[in-house]
Amino acid sequence: MSRESIFSKIRTALEPLAEKTSHPGFDDESITSSSRLQGSLREAFQRNLEAVHGRILNTPDTLASFLRENDCLHGYCDPDLMDPLGHALSAVGLIVETEYDRQRYEDYRFGITQATGAIAESGTIILDDTLTRDRLAALSPWVHIAVFPESSLHRSLSDALTHLGPSHNVIWVTGPSKTADVEGILIEGVHGPGEQIAYLTP
Amino acid sequence: MIDRQPIDTYATRISEEKQTSVITGATASTEKRQSVLFGDFPNTHDLRRLAGQIKDHTLHHLDHYLEQAEAALSRNGVKVHFADTDEDARQAVLSILRDHQVTQLTKSKSMASEEIHLNPFLIDQGIEVLESDLGEFIIQLDGDEPSHIVRPIIHKNRREIARTFQRAGIARDLNDDPEVITRRARAFLREKYMQAQAVITGGNFISCESGRVVLVTNEGNSRFGMAPSKLHIALIGIEKLVPSDRDLGVFLNLLGRSATGQQLTVYTEFISGPKDPTQPSGPEEMHVVLMNNGRTDVLASDGREILRCIRCSACQNVCPVYRQASGHAYRSPYGGPIGAVLSPLLFGDRFPELADLPKASSLCGACNEVCPVDIPIPDLLLRLRDKAKRAHISQPGDLPMAPFATLATSPSLWRTAMTMSKAMNHLPIDVAPFRPIQDWLGQRTLPESHGGDFRKWLKNRSKEQGLRDTPQ
Repeated sequence: MSRESIFSKIRTALEPLAEKTSHPGFDDESITSSSRLQGSLREAFQRNLEAVHGRILNTPDTLASFLRENDCLHGYCDPDLMDPLGHALSAVGLIVETEYDRQRYEDYRFGITQATGAIAESGTIILDDTLTRDRLAALSPWVHIAVFPESSLHRSLSDALTHLGPSHNVIWVTGPSKTADVEGILIEGVHGPGEQIAYLTP
Repeated sequence: MIDRQPIDTYATRISEEKQTSVITGATASTEKRQSVLFGDFPNTHDLRRLAGQIKDHTLHHLDHYLEQAEAALSRNGVKVHFADTDEDARQAVLSILRDHQVTQLTKSKSMASEEIHLNPFLIDQGIEVLESDLGEFIIQLDGDEPSHIVRPIIHKNRREIARTFQRAGIARDLNDDPEVITRRARAFLREKYMQAQAVITGGNFISCESGRVVLVTNEGNSRFGMAPSKLHIALIGIEKLVPSDRDLGVFLNLLGRSATGQQLTVYTEFISGPKDPTQPSGPEEMHVVLMNNGRTDVLASDGREILRCIRCSACQNVCPVYRQASGHAYRSPYGGPIGAVLSPLLFGDRFPELADLPKASSLCGACNEVCPVDIPIPDLLLRLRDKAKRAHISQPGDLPMAPFATLATSPSLWRTAMTMSKAMNHLPIDVAPFRPIQDWLGQRTLPESHGGDFRKWLKNRSKEQGLRDTPQ
């Protein structure tokens, strides 16, 4: 009933409209910020990610010691990533689970998941339901580490939009979760991670 | 005593504490927003016009695009509902919740739900509803109303929030450090997310081509709310459509920059249906309620450009009237310039009651300059003033304009009045026994009158330059 009523009201409203705007069309470059893309894609990605207080880590050892130093001693790691990373993590004494149990969500201080790619222009990490095994593992821990190959780096938002892929759920993550609701003061780590890390593989 | 317009009454009664919060909040990071919006692109004004045209195009073909969106959503496995009125929307949401025996849900910020007072309705029906955006959560604890689109608690300071948390039993002490407040909300809300059976969200855009619903948040609350829930209901106004995924780029690039000075909002989620089968977290069922609630009336009006709005709040932040009066003075979920146009049109049956809003503007045009979809807000305000005048809606504070009209249409009378006005410089006008004048002068200092001086200067100048078109 509502459906027919809405459509009929729309048609009545539009009927007297003499001139209807046509789609203007645009060039992707006109909505791309070239100043944010200086240098190589990787350099641009790093610069833009760091501008929103995210970080890049490159080797199993630097990741392991970062977690250790930040008191993240217990966490989750995607089973497919255990081969390259597991050894380094346990070598510094971290407890790593490969199944995320949501009943114990507070136990996980870090979550290492696969990402679909990233966007250089904005320092954004792309996750989707097919590669990120559990959405919560990338969201509830204080530190989230997104692992993806450098080759999956998109240049711009426009590029990434044309490659959203078939997954029913794609999320772009640009830095740590944050708010400025209280007196406009920036606080990171509201509902999601307070530390967002990109781990690029060759 | 002269009556004031409702918005003026509100502005004079606002506490100094609240006014300070609003002014500081709205003014803060203006430079950051400006530099990110205008510094990143070859031509931002072209981009704003482009965005406005894409929105106009979609609105001018809304029947076509709405049908396309419905088909795409359904193809993705989403159940689509249409709600013509606010009551239809409330009932649609309730009936979905009842079908799934939902007793507890979380909700991420949605202006559409504010419009239809969804929370009190669901709570009356015995459903526990918890707002998960930090600002909205605090609003809910206080039984207050949001006063800003992006920062709902812009009118509150940290001390008030600490008192709220103590009263609600979320904190034992009155620690008002924003970081402590945020951590406490984080811990409290996580438990609630895990218990909730459903999540209600709004939607920033729907791509008609793909049926992707786009949701943006900075806190990650909608993502967290969705992860443990089995059921997702998105309540979305029918004007939120854009033709294609590619078009989304235009709007996503503008939204974060205009709202908070961010290149991109932290979480930009593209949802095109229930979770993938292998994914343990996320809703198994997704419903989209497409709500009209007056939007077709706006579409039929000569203020339809306001439907382009993407709810970024840039116009609120720059508006001198909003900064002084606060969002609550606009008496709807939409404060500031957007509210002054949208509310009287959207809530048409309340037009006489809201007809003061379009008058509460100096027409300075700042709102139009920052609008990411280039809405000609000052023009729309004028059209609404005209509409009120034609409908003979009288408002307290209306001045009789007939004497001015007589004066302004007769050059000789005008000239005399100009010269006479100089006499005011010598009259003790501030003690005149006329209340409206006293009220007016109570907040202003009248500049010295120079009546006629400009005309004299122009006449002499023209004579010197031998110009023929001397003024009368």
